[in-house]
Amino acid sequence: MSSNLVVMRKIVQQLRFEASINRVKVSQAAAELQQFCIQNALHDPLLTGVSSSTNPFRPQKVCSFL
Amino acid sequence: MGEMEQLRKEADALKDQITAARKAVQDTTLEEAAAGVAVVGRVQMKTRKTLRGHLAKIYAMHWATDSKLCVSASQDGKLIVWDSITTNKVNAIPLKSSWVMTCAYAPSGNLVACGGLDNMCSIYNLKGKDGNVKVMRELAAHTGYLSCCRFISDTEIITSSGDCTCILWDIETGTQKTSFAGHQGDCMSLAVSPDFSYFISGACDFTAKLWDIRDGNCRQTFAGHESDINAIGFFPNGQAVITGSDDATCKLYDLRADQELITYQDSSIMCGVTSLAPSLSGRLILAGYDDFNVNIWDSLKAERVGALAGHDNRVSCIGVSADGMACCTGSWDSFLKIWN
Repeated sequence: MSSNLVVMRKIVQQLRFEASINRVKVSQAAAELQQFCIQNALHDPLLTGVSSSTNPFRPQKVCSFL
Repeated sequence: MGEMEQLRKEADALKDQITAARKAVQDTTLEEAAAGVAVVGRVQMKTRKTLRGHLAKIYAMHWATDSKLCVSASQDGKLIVWDSITTNKVNAIPLKSSWVMTCAYAPSGNLVACGGLDNMCSIYNLKGKDGNVKVMRELAAHTGYLSCCRFISDTEIITSSGDCTCILWDIETGTQKTSFAGHQGDCMSLAVSPDFSYFISGACDFTAKLWDIRDGNCRQTFAGHESDINAIGFFPNGQAVITGSDDATCKLYDLRADQELITYQDSSIMCGVTSLAPSLSGRLILAGYDDFNVNIWDSLKAERVGALAGHDNRVSCIGVSADGMACCTGSWDSFLKIWN
């Protein structure tokens, strides 16, 4: 059996599989992405900005005992 | 041959069927759906730390899950584990092969991995008894370079390769559990879903594929890019995939609608995307480019809302820490920078 045939059969089998999935409407998918962004916005430090008092990467100005 | 002709016809018909099915659910666009949302205000981040120590180009970096430690790989032949807050080097691991292209930190914090032109994925135990970091396993089976690796746990890791396949390995036995074949070009990058049940791969065949880790099947294939996909990541809710390509664009594909929802592009950007990472809420996408910059995109509005300029050469890797507090960039200029 030619290997080209084997490869082609696999390609068709894969396409059949991918064609068969259920798809959700873009309106629903888009709404859920938006909702996730909005719900988590306040907890996203790079989005809200990090104040120097809560920023672990900001140089400390106060000396502390180790 | 009769069967070959028949199979070709069937393949074409199936491709048309997929295109039609995607169109059938396209009742709107993300652009229209997000029309009522205001664009994010200008995002300005500053370099808070510079991690100095590598002597050559940095090719990869990965945050540990504690949001403090991170690992970087450079073609100076070293893997360095950094404390990003103190900038101290926790470990400096000399590699057998200096041609490293990827590195990863295990979720537990116990292991790191790397690989590259040696076609192998080497696993290092950071918590060995005598305090020395040693090679624990060398995973060899790929017939092409190792482009990316990501741990599922201390016992399993997934690798992507220039041999066009991805492999799920059993680290304890050092053997392949599953091979994921289907891409028709070098696999360049991979990302694991937040629930660890799927992973996505981006390749030089211009497509991204979603794979089921347990049954080994490719579930979905996403086309649309006009050149190699170099970077890939999951949107934080696990329902969408973000890709970055040599075609100078990033794209967002929704897994449940099975299609591209939006493209992040600008006529002034003409160089390839090397790396990308979403912020914690997914609202921002930070993408590294060949022109030494990082552009920050509003993911819902596809507008550029900021940039990170500070490296003197290509930004090769980028990562946002698990707690979302900081972004780390690694560059061919041999430095890593921490931004927020």
